[in-house]
Amino acid sequence: MSAGTGPDNLPWWATGVLLPVINVVLALIVSAIVILAIGEDPLGAMWTMVQGALGTSEGLGYTLYYATSLIFTALAVAVAFHGGLFNIGGEGQAYLGGLGVGLVCLAVGDMPWYLVLPLSVLGGAAFGALWGAIPGYLQAYRGSHVVITTIMFNFIASSLMVYLMVNVLIRPGQMSPESAQFDKATFLPLVQDMAAAIGIQMNPSPLNFSLFLALAACVLVWAFIWHTRWGFALRTVGANENAARYAGIDPKKVIIIAMALSGALAGLLGVNEIHGVQHRLLLNFPAGMGFTGIAVALMGRNHPAGIVPAAILFGMLYQGGTELIFDYPSISRELVVVIQGVVILFAGALEHMFRPALVRLFTPKPAGV
Amino acid sequence: MHAVTVTPAPHSAPKPAHEWAVELVGIDKRFGPVHANKDVTLRFAPASIHGLVGENGAGKSTLMSILYGFYQADSGQILVRGQEVAIKGSQDAIGLGIGMVHQHFMLVETFTVLENLLLGHEGGPLLAPAVARARKDVQALERTFGLEVPLDALVSDLPVGVQQRVEILKALYRGADVLILDEPTAVLSPPEVAQLFRILERLRAEGRTVVLITHKLKEIMAITDHVSVLRRGAVVAEFATAETNRQQLADAMVGRKANLEVEKAPAAAGPVLLAAEGVNVVDARGVTTLKNASLTVRAGEIVGVAGVAGNGQSELLGVLSGMLPFASGTLTVKGEMLTAGSPYDPADARRRGLAHVPEDRLKLAVVKEFPAAQSAILGYHAEKALGRGWRLDWKRVTAKTAELMERFDVRPRDPSLRTALFSGGNQQKLVMAREMEKEPDILLVGQPTRGVDIGAIAFIHKQLVGLRDRGKAILLISAELDEIMALSDRILVMCDGEIVGELSAAEATEGRIGSMMAGVASGEEQ
Repeated sequence: MSAGTGPDNLPWWATGVLLPVINVVLALIVSAIVILAIGEDPLGAMWTMVQGALGTSEGLGYTLYYATSLIFTALAVAVAFHGGLFNIGGEGQAYLGGLGVGLVCLAVGDMPWYLVLPLSVLGGAAFGALWGAIPGYLQAYRGSHVVITTIMFNFIASSLMVYLMVNVLIRPGQMSPESAQFDKATFLPLVQDMAAAIGIQMNPSPLNFSLFLALAACVLVWAFIWHTRWGFALRTVGANENAARYAGIDPKKVIIIAMALSGALAGLLGVNEIHGVQHRLLLNFPAGMGFTGIAVALMGRNHPAGIVPAAILFGMLYQGGTELIFDYPSISRELVVVIQGVVILFAGALEHMFRPALVRLFTPKPAGV
Repeated sequence: MHAVTVTPAPHSAPKPAHEWAVELVGIDKRFGPVHANKDVTLRFAPASIHGLVGENGAGKSTLMSILYGFYQADSGQILVRGQEVAIKGSQDAIGLGIGMVHQHFMLVETFTVLENLLLGHEGGPLLAPAVARARKDVQALERTFGLEVPLDALVSDLPVGVQQRVEILKALYRGADVLILDEPTAVLSPPEVAQLFRILERLRAEGRTVVLITHKLKEIMAITDHVSVLRRGAVVAEFATAETNRQQLADAMVGRKANLEVEKAPAAAGPVLLAAEGVNVVDARGVTTLKNASLTVRAGEIVGVAGVAGNGQSELLGVLSGMLPFASGTLTVKGEMLTAGSPYDPADARRRGLAHVPEDRLKLAVVKEFPAAQSAILGYHAEKALGRGWRLDWKRVTAKTAELMERFDVRPRDPSLRTALFSGGNQQKLVMAREMEKEPDILLVGQPTRGVDIGAIAFIHKQLVGLRDRGKAILLISAELDEIMALSDRILVMCDGEIVGELSAAEATEGRIGSMMAGVASGEEQ
């Protein structure tokens, strides 16, 4: 519904497609200059990245696996955004969500995966929701800004997890802080196995059933925000809190619910990572996906239809970057981070840089001036 | 205007050296597709008061912003005392002797008056010599223009009328020869308006030029020498004030016959539907902003609340609509009594059949970013008919909005257009449509015609009278005394958080209401 014209009445495809494409192209040009500066062939490097991310079934699998995590964390940012909240705590909420998923999977024994999945989704969502709702409560009733509290909650989550993994959940008799492995029956099916069942050969990759969960989450979030009364209340609070109060909506309640929902979505990253891939609890599994989700949401205009392609693009950067390091000895891990950073800079932080130029281009010139 | 009698301009001023103080010639300005000023030519005579009228968006503010250097014209010339000048910023304008008093004052509230006057003219690292010099200069100005202001008082402690005098003094201290006043009477009580007009006459007598931007035609008639009417960016009419009248000006503003009078039959008041008894509101700082307010509103009558903005009317509206908690007292809504602890919020109020058109449209009544259809269901999004279960059915919402737009003549009739892109009058009609559509038993209306064009004002007034005639209770809060007097069957007057008096429509005169607004409880004319 409201994905229509922006404040300056650009057509939706100009803000939704043209602008992000211009930003990405610009980011790639800057990256090319950096690669050129260290004496490598930028076109070759770019090709290696694209080839590495999309060229093989294995590469594609990894790209989509990363995209799955990013869709969850970006949807989390989007839901909070529509309520006028900037949730930077996706990382911590995902971490705690993973804990919830792990505890469920450890508890269920050898239950088959399709019965475990609803439980692990609930576990991840509940733990993530709790970790989002507390900053939400603090914002609504104590006036502590969510930007500050969610950042702090990332650190608290991290410390809490270290404590739990080292002291409580560690498998006895080993050095590394990891839990026991889940029962094989609970493992989410890998997409390569599902493809094999219908006769398509894919090389091994961690891409698993969570991808479909992520796509379903996109549809649900879209329906929730734009087609329910709750979503309307959420957007009203986000756009004009006073008008919301006038409309009989309690902004405090909406803020807490929005942050809980946001945290729940981030928590689902745990289903992909813990239930789908690692099959045990361990440290640092969100691996920055909570933060990158912010850039994905920004680039995807906080709309699921934009978040999916943006998540795939960032998945390509992760996977293609890994390939790049293999193929170009002079390109280090850090340079790949630079390229990712440049894309985040142009597509995220500087996303409106070319907007005025586009507005000028699309505004009809008055005659006779 | 309001107990003020001003005889326009028997020119006793010294003979000016130039024919015109300021000339704007062929000013043209566009903002993207909006043609804000079309080839505007205006000339302001020295030692005169020149009125500038026009509806919202007619281009008055843009024109004055060009003169004051906030914007640059796309084409055209500005001449000051016969010399062509380039005004690139407000500093240039001040340098040329052009001063501006904005509708919202530009004063540092925590500074004293003298410190405010001094701002930007400190003239050295040490303050003391500058302060002493400024005090002397300002006192001389005060004597010349009859502008008394306590120089050492904090601005935040001064009443609005005095703050405005500080603004005028600031402009004069900076050497303003031409003074532009943007809607200066919007925040003043009638006695304060009278005082302001005495100051403006003094300025004229001393040979200064005053440009008065206002939408109050009575004020134009009362004090100006010349008046220019802008419509859609162009000057459509110019008159010597003595040779025109309100009707002619209003017609020129809207471009057709404007309806200035409200037709209404005497009220047939029924049972009391809304009552307040001894209601107090205490704000976050512990100040009692609404004191012991008691009132009743009956079915079939319009009760008007008059008062200078900021004297408790907003708090009264807030309490009655459930937006603001009250500390003590009782409310009775359709026979049901509520005390300070009773749960009562805007959603409850709506369920009880009480609708509310808020004073601040853009802050409360609509969401600018939303399409009109979404603003049109604000407050009613939980209604069953608009969807199924959790779902909102946008087809039904859009159809409903289209129907509201048709009934209340909202233009353009496009439910998908963003709310911010409608004019103030059309936004207001959409809000009125939304709130009146349910035929509420009680309607609270705050500033129904603020920022609304003349054509829409007549329409809105007619709708309110219509609702009254259908036996509903209406409480009207307005800063426009004319509006209160035209619509109300009874008038309450507020001053300093208190309801200081009540008048029937028959007893009410501008003078009586005006002196009650200024705190004279009996309403004896001063």
